[in-house]
Amino acid sequence: MTDQMGATQTLGPVHEISVSGIGAVPPAGWGIDALRSLIEAEDPVLVTDLERPGWTAPLRVRRVPAPAPKPAFMTHPRLRRSSPITQYAVGAALEALGADPAVARYEEGRLGIITCVMTGCVNYSRRFYDEVLHDPATASPLLFPETVFNAPASHLAALLDAETISYTLVGDPGTFLHGLALASAWLFRNEVDECVVLAAEETDWLTSDAFRYFDRKVTLADGAAAIALRRGAIAKREVFLKAVTNSYTYSTRQKPAEAAEKMKAELVSSGAADLLCDGTSGSRRFDAPEAAAWRDWNQKRISPKRNLGEGLAAGSAWQCAIAVDSLLRQTCESAYVSVVGCNEQAIGARFELSSHE
Amino acid sequence: MLFPPATINPPRNRVVVTGAGVITALGRGWKPNAEGFRSGRLAFRPVSLFDVSRQRVRQAAEVLDTDNIPANHLSRRELSRLDRSARLLLIAADEAWASAGWNGEQEFPLVLGTTSGGMSMGEAYFRQASQRPSAMKGQATRVAQYQPQRQALQLQEALRFSGPITIIANACASGANAIGHAFSLIRDGHAERAFTGGYDALSQLVFAGFDSLQALSPTQCRPFDTRRDGLALGEGAAMLTLERLETAQSRGARILGEIVGYSAATDHHHLTQPHPEGNAALHTMRHACTAAGITPEQIGYVNAHGTGTPLNDSAEAVAINRWAGDAVSRTHVSSTKSSVGHLLGAAGSVEGVVCLMALSGQWLPPTVTIESVDPICRFEIVRTPADAKIEYALSNSFGFGGSNATLIFRRFS
Repeated sequence: MTDQMGATQTLGPVHEISVSGIGAVPPAGWGIDALRSLIEAEDPVLVTDLERPGWTAPLRVRRVPAPAPKPAFMTHPRLRRSSPITQYAVGAALEALGADPAVARYEEGRLGIITCVMTGCVNYSRRFYDEVLHDPATASPLLFPETVFNAPASHLAALLDAETISYTLVGDPGTFLHGLALASAWLFRNEVDECVVLAAEETDWLTSDAFRYFDRKVTLADGAAAIALRRGAIAKREVFLKAVTNSYTYSTRQKPAEAAEKMKAELVSSGAADLLCDGTSGSRRFDAPEAAAWRDWNQKRISPKRNLGEGLAAGSAWQCAIAVDSLLRQTCESAYVSVVGCNEQAIGARFELSSHE
Repeated sequence: MLFPPATINPPRNRVVVTGAGVITALGRGWKPNAEGFRSGRLAFRPVSLFDVSRQRVRQAAEVLDTDNIPANHLSRRELSRLDRSARLLLIAADEAWASAGWNGEQEFPLVLGTTSGGMSMGEAYFRQASQRPSAMKGQATRVAQYQPQRQALQLQEALRFSGPITIIANACASGANAIGHAFSLIRDGHAERAFTGGYDALSQLVFAGFDSLQALSPTQCRPFDTRRDGLALGEGAAMLTLERLETAQSRGARILGEIVGYSAATDHHHLTQPHPEGNAALHTMRHACTAAGITPEQIGYVNAHGTGTPLNDSAEAVAINRWAGDAVSRTHVSSTKSSVGHLLGAAGSVEGVVCLMALSGQWLPPTVTIESVDPICRFEIVRTPADAKIEYALSNSFGFGGSNATLIFRRFS
């Protein structure tokens, strides 16, 4: 809805932050509908083998299939050589922004972009360093620029012709919730008219191998998810971001279990909810602090990573996306998202469905 | 709560710098760096950290003294496992912390910028995993130490503070973005104080990457020179303690300077090349000035991004020409990358400290390697050490992917 000046009119109070769109690229599908059906399915997404050099037994991951048909945005010059993480990031962001994938130009005002990663552009980093070890004099200059953390954000900005502020944040899965709070600050400061917060990861034998040192049962997964935020509301029924808790970082003075308890207490104090979207994945080691914190929860619970796998930064974005989707489909009125990250922080968020009749 | 904020439209706070710490190839600490930057001393030496025999370029501004970590709360075991970048970060952080007179056991945001975190640990992990797949010793440690959040948590542990961590990885603008974000948190009332800066260590992957792009100078880093032929890499860290002015004054803190403007924008012309007209740079310089409530005429010194690559320097020169307008011939500009190289994620924070040094000492850091100034530069390039009366200093940082950031500092008196 726009006024005569082309600016978006708001219905809800402008001191609120609303969700203007969600998008997802889960393993085994593209789009929010695929995310929902995979989470609602009885069985987890099938694992696929991933060759690990020097070993006969393959690693097991959950991977995003090649989209069919190929989305138009993949023919953009900036995306032809990009690695999978960029394609997932762009796919999720375009869906969240409601952008026409064939045109993929953002014309709704000033767009902020916040991209969250934990392992980031690992495919090209691993390939490039492998080339360096063989002979640095012949290492490919095409690969190196794609190794930087902010390559996906840069490609997305180019695709959308977005020139406003863009941050790439690095951290454990809780970083995505930081991103939501940061986007809200930009919106309140009127630096941007809309902000897309996305998280994306790509699987690689290197990261799967690395995670085996901490829990052999963890199955890493590809993918991305995105949430677009605006100030106020543009529809009569809208999902609002109501709270992002403090980030309770881990230390010798604050173990993950204590951090998770504090996060839960603060989240609950922000208001009631009838859905919990948690980050447990079936790994006893990584799940223990979060499971303990929410042991008394007796209402509806969704644990996306149990079916999708450990998506790292993308995993917490899937949690938020499915929480918002549940609210939009009115299967609940308010939802908690709980993230007890694997090595940095416990942090939570609350979303709520509201009407402005 | 990170959200919602306590108030939607809070009064804008003044933000001051009460402590600074820096380590570069010029030395360790404010004093040797101030002396080095003021005189334009060059700090390049042959790379000793990894094999460069097959590279086009074999020198960088490598830091020599990273072993003596100041006393802190990390265990001996943790200290022995620190990545090189974490050492640089801890050294700079300790100096900033001590100079600010901050004490631990408190909670405030930590905002860091880096491009590659503990990359040397990641490289070691890959080498072992690919060359000796069945050898597992040390691999779990390398995985943990590689990740930037690990260095941030170690910093919190070392100095005994806590609070939310934000790690911005906007390529070579990361350090400036980190300071800018921390500045915004205090200005807008989200925090009373914040600890911020940037860090990066030399690594084989990144060195080979820039060499593969032929972005490294095979001769000498000469920003804004007619015959410039590339950048030189360096390593280091700089950390700042930021506080609300009233908070700093109430505890009688020494104030090194004030941050008065920040702006960030995206140049999506190309993944590794700026728009030739420097549009995004122009945007951030203009908006940072607007935020500070000043005009280009009032900026006494511009610390340019000035990498020494043909494309960066010409685009930045055009942007400075456009931004300064009629005042361009009176605008003093230099690039301190001629002294310590390009510090990537640390560049913006180290160059921010250089601006604070220049403001507090009232001098202009020179770019001494210039032989012939590119005629595209209509501004005054500082080529020799000089004293000057400066009230405001502006620092530009640009990065791969089109991340552009500008910070403006003010002398505090």
